[in-house]
Amino acid sequence: MRVELDEPKCVASGQCVLAAPEVFDQRDEDGIAFVVDGQPPEDVLDAVREAVAICPAAAIRLAER
Amino acid sequence: MVVGASAAGLAAAETLRREGYDGTLTLVGDELHVPYDRPPLSKQVLSAEWPPGRVVLRAPTELDALEVQLRLGVAASGLDVADRTVCLADGSEVPYDGLIVATGVRPRRLPGEGAHVLRTLDDALTLRERIGPGQRLVVVGAGFLGAEAAAVAWRLGARVTLLEPARVPLAHVVGEEVGRVLSRAHLERGVDLRTGVTVAEVTEEGVRLADGEVVEADEVLVAVGSLPNVEWLAGSGLTVDDGIVCDEYCEAARDAYAAGDVARWHNPLFGMSMRIEHRTNAAEQGMAAARNLLNPGARKAFAPVPYFWSDQYEMKIQAYGYLRGHEEVRVVEGELEEGRFVAAYRTGERLNGVLAVGMPPKVLRGWRQGVAVGAAWKDAVG
Repeated sequence: MRVELDEPKCVASGQCVLAAPEVFDQRDEDGIAFVVDGQPPEDVLDAVREAVAICPAAAIRLAER
Repeated sequence: MVVGASAAGLAAAETLRREGYDGTLTLVGDELHVPYDRPPLSKQVLSAEWPPGRVVLRAPTELDALEVQLRLGVAASGLDVADRTVCLADGSEVPYDGLIVATGVRPRRLPGEGAHVLRTLDDALTLRERIGPGQRLVVVGAGFLGAEAAAVAWRLGARVTLLEPARVPLAHVVGEEVGRVLSRAHLERGVDLRTGVTVAEVTEEGVRLADGEVVEADEVLVAVGSLPNVEWLAGSGLTVDDGIVCDEYCEAARDAYAAGDVARWHNPLFGMSMRIEHRTNAAEQGMAAARNLLNPGARKAFAPVPYFWSDQYEMKIQAYGYLRGHEEVRVVEGELEEGRFVAAYRTGERLNGVLAVGMPPKVLRGWRQGVAVGAAWKDAVG
């Protein structure tokens, strides 16, 4: 599974970092999120799905590959 | 069955599937559009930075994968929780075993005809067509929505007048000092912010104030808050009191839950009943309601730290917690004057919320954590 983040949509809420800190972080200057681990291990995928669901900008996708 | 096809309803439907529900799932929405996101309406859609299609929350393939019976463009008109039946405006009746109500809110309006409101995609697209350079726009209400719309219209070159009944806009939420910082952003740019002004009605010329003065406008936007969509629940067996009254599990009646803007539930983290009109809460509560509906033996109280953000001019405002009803505000990081700060809000003896403008995310997360654990004011702020 591959984590994709649509950066221009991100509103810097940081909800993804709270849900899956192993996978997401935020830039210091503007709070925009970035993906730390684009192909996270199986055991954090539920946390990533949580992040996808709560992202208030619908900016995250979990893509099959 | 999920009634309401916006952020909360969609989150509920997706969570039901993710948590293993494989029975029939009906998702009803009164708008014709597939589920879309509302926060960009007063920002990127109004400014035409984004094409309207960009607000769609899920791609067609993702909606297909949900295997949901999507009934769009039809409102729910009645509910009987004893009978477990929802009536729809087209006359059909849908029986259910479990129900999640997420019918949201609608804008309050003012007497008179011809004013815009801003809640739906269609509202945003209509308003967008009408504002441009030199146009006179009157925005009634300097809350978050009114302020965002005023900021966008100003950037588009409109001549904006912002009318607000309170002496300091948003003071009841963010406090007077922070409210003045937000006001200054309008005034510095030449937006004509007039406070302590009550609008009596919308007229052909613009708006008429309570004292009889007419403020002329080409277009009027009314942004004076919202009303929960609960009228269809009359006689349903659900309790309605400024929203659908739920317990801490978001349950309103046996196997009937509510989520999003329409739900008033008991938030045990703050020990109080609240109804939250924030985008993040819609998704979180939709998920929580779905989980509790599916797992009656292992329900979890819904105890979130509310979060909202607002984009006004170059400012990004972010807040965690429950700011309303605060008794004290203190700037705990940065400076109000510089437009870079964290303000902390005290209710009783605890840190109930924080609001930040222009601060790094790590700083904000630390303060959020304080709210999440219900930190004592004296420990958190000193």
